[in-house]
Amino acid sequence: MAVAEKIFDGLSRRAVLTGGLAGGILLSFHLPVRAFGVNEPVQPPDDTAGKFAPNAFIRIDAGGTTTLVMPQVEMGQGVYTSISMILAEELDADFSRLALEHAPPSDKLYGNPMFGIQATGNSNSIRAWWPHLRAAGASARAMLVQAAAQQWQVDPASCTTANSEVMHKDSGRKLSYGELALAASSEVPPKDVPLKDPKDFVLIGKPLKRLDTPDKVNGKAVYGIDAILPNMKFATLKACPVFGGKVAKVDDSAAKKIPGVQKIVVLDDLVAVVGDHMWAAKKGLDALVIDWDEGPNAHISSTDIWRDLRAASEKDGAVAKSAGDIVKGLATGDRLDAAYELPFLAHATMEPINATVHVTPDLCEVWTGTQVMTRVQSEAAKAAGLPVEKVIVNNHLLGGGFGRKLEPDMVVAAVRIAKQVDGPVKVVWTREEDIQHDVYRPVYRDNIAATLSDGKIVGWKYRVSGSAIMARWFPAGFQNGVDIDGVDSGIDMPYDIPNFHVEFVRAEPPAVPTGFWRGVGPNNNVFAIESFMDELAKKAGKDPVDFRRGMLGKNPRLLAALNLAAEKSGWGQPSPDRVGRGVSVQPSFASFIATVVEAEIDESGEVKLRRVTCAVDTGIAVNPDTVVAQLEGGLIFGLTAALYGEVTIDKGRVQQSNFNDYRMLRIDQAPKIEVHVIESGEAPGGIGETGVTAGPPALRNAIYAATGVALRRLPIDRAMIAAGKKS
Amino acid sequence: MTTTLTINGEAKSFDAPADMPLLWVLRDVLGMTGTQFGCGIAQCGACTVHIDGKPVRSCMLPVGAVRDRAVTTIEGVGASPVGAKVQKAWLDLEVIQCGYCQSGQIMSAAALLAATPNPDDSDIDAAMAGNICRCGTYVRIRAAIKQAASQRQS
Ligand code: FES
Ligand code: FES
Repeated sequence: MAVAEKIFDGLSRRAVLTGGLAGGILLSFHLPVRAFGVNEPVQPPDDTAGKFAPNAFIRIDAGGTTTLVMPQVEMGQGVYTSISMILAEELDADFSRLALEHAPPSDKLYGNPMFGIQATGNSNSIRAWWPHLRAAGASARAMLVQAAAQQWQVDPASCTTANSEVMHKDSGRKLSYGELALAASSEVPPKDVPLKDPKDFVLIGKPLKRLDTPDKVNGKAVYGIDAILPNMKFATLKACPVFGGKVAKVDDSAAKKIPGVQKIVVLDDLVAVVGDHMWAAKKGLDALVIDWDEGPNAHISSTDIWRDLRAASEKDGAVAKSAGDIVKGLATGDRLDAAYELPFLAHATMEPINATVHVTPDLCEVWTGTQVMTRVQSEAAKAAGLPVEKVIVNNHLLGGGFGRKLEPDMVVAAVRIAKQVDGPVKVVWTREEDIQHDVYRPVYRDNIAATLSDGKIVGWKYRVSGSAIMARWFPAGFQNGVDIDGVDSGIDMPYDIPNFHVEFVRAEPPAVPTGFWRGVGPNNNVFAIESFMDELAKKAGKDPVDFRRGMLGKNPRLLAALNLAAEKSGWGQPSPDRVGRGVSVQPSFASFIATVVEAEIDESGEVKLRRVTCAVDTGIAVNPDTVVAQLEGGLIFGLTAALYGEVTIDKGRVQQSNFNDYRMLRIDQAPKIEVHVIESGEAPGGIGETGVTAGPPALRNAIYAATGVALRRLPIDRAMIAAGKKS
Repeated sequence: MTTTLTINGEAKSFDAPADMPLLWVLRDVLGMTGTQFGCGIAQCGACTVHIDGKPVRSCMLPVGAVRDRAVTTIEGVGASPVGAKVQKAWLDLEVIQCGYCQSGQIMSAAALLAATPNPDDSDIDAAMAGNICRCGTYVRIRAAIKQAASQRQS
């Protein structure tokens, strides 16, 4: 049986109708708060008949096919393979004969144990599911063993398993999992099944081939945008370019004459053209004459947003963490103050946002690729005016997520359009609409003050100012004025500092919607902290690596990563003129990473990335090749933002529109990247976000080393580098 | 207007306006969804196909301009030895992450290797710089092209 074939058949799956948000409460971003009942015998009823289905993740049919249901979504991070490795490891399943399925919406069955809802993000898929999926696999294995032992009338302890077979060594008998599927179904799941000793792992820790990639080299992979339904129409849309604006008047006389245009859908805030194909829809849209009522936000500009944020950041914030005596600490030794600023960013997933929807009087069916299945289901229900159990959501592979698909807005808009259309309609955003109507990485300002004594930091006061994304997206994560994501790596400081104080100022930009972006809170925190560390090192007259080493005594994993990255990067060895090396370290997402960027800066301030060296201790690396790939890709993602990324606002609208003015790093600018994975027996950490947070401060510090120019904003300011203003 | 094109060696007839980009003919008329839409303005390469073996951005190529030239898409590129070697190298080195850009990357790489069997880094830069990968797989794309090139000669 072809590996993973089912995940590409996005249309065959009928999602199970279950309730909406189960209301899991999140108390901390870091802590699993909900014991997860992986052995609950609650099953989607449509596909378990005649199968051994011991829990929500595993189905084994009499033919021996093991189907694994994926609670987290695949957006490139390799999680379908890693999850399968964990389940198959404890199940002792034949890894070459697996079929995978996207999970249907169900917080009860597939809610992420760290969030309490079915969401993929914050680099926590493996961290959150690790114990639960191991238990699910081990429990299913034990039931298969019990069934075999009973048939043979032997002690279950005398049986072994491998490659989807139970064996009884003494008698030489064996039965395949397929042969045992029926009998195992009536076994009772055992309590407290032992898990494997990591030294006995046969899959985990091996660089196994990904299960999703073979169909990605031949055009067979099915993303949300590839959904095809009988009699489907195609639509594209234009929302008011000014945030919050409305449609005033539409002249569609020219659009209606375009061959293939079927219908113009005018909603209060957007206009969509429905046609026989995307080309008709797009030509129709271009032919519309739309008058907008731009509303109250038409005057907003980046200049005002920055002025307001800077003012807000000067006030005291809500205290996120405090240790020692910060007043005393800041009064001791040499003091340095700095403020760092990060811009709005669009996600620009390679697959533009889209959703295909079919609304009938009593059913709404959605085909899309989302990071939040149940939220899409409940929001689609509201938009369709139907109960949640009348909404079917079919998930797909995602052509990039990066946090954009943690929002359901594209599905809501598509449902509103589909309500006006007979039959299914695929709604695809143009790249211009995708960039101009994103949910943006917020602008942030980070004010840091620190004091130095004997080459060490004695006082550290860090204030983060910006959006509280959690307050909107997950209210339990915003408490007492602190957004736990906004301060995440700010409170999780790796350095040994006696007097330490972190604050959060909630400062929402007017009108511009903000949300999670790959690297989430830490991409701001780590940039500010690690940039400032280099400025402090200079003030202390120390080498940046030595300066950090001196304060990492209580963080041996990060210290080891720093030492390895320094050694492998040739840190301290002479470099050519105008070439600098910059370092950054981070304990973020429970992975300990040190990064050295080597860059060459020319007289005009242009930056050439030469080489990136990264050392990572992510605990047990479930699939080490995926860890390397995620760091390579994350570094490029972060360095892209550092070099080019900025969304600006003028007259209430986004000024960038496509890859011509929202630039991406390309292969001819990509550095060599070396990733060194450190062996570890600790529980797995997160990895998808980590490269994104690692790259920008290391690049900024490389520029600092090469030129002496202390950049305090991103993207890097080439004019400032060229002017050579030293700190 | 009925048009007939040779796509992956097969004659396909369909109705489409002559100004319609080949991308939308492939995806929305013929249901060949391997070729992807990323920008619509020839900036990202996600829509790359071959026209008589040359890489072309199908999002800006009016179908009426194709005429009798041979169209090859990601669904058919594996039929040529060079295309198959590129696909194999992509899997051997596990280039792919989300995969959305990779149809275009593979088409560009296959065209490069067909024209330049032993590309150096600057050949790779020139041929591949039009293909954005938002997942940042560039390091492996470069390595996979070199691996495919070395296997061509063996
Ligand atoms: S879609 Fe054609 S180049 Fe981007
Ligand atoms: S693999 Fe995701 S965009 Fe290239």
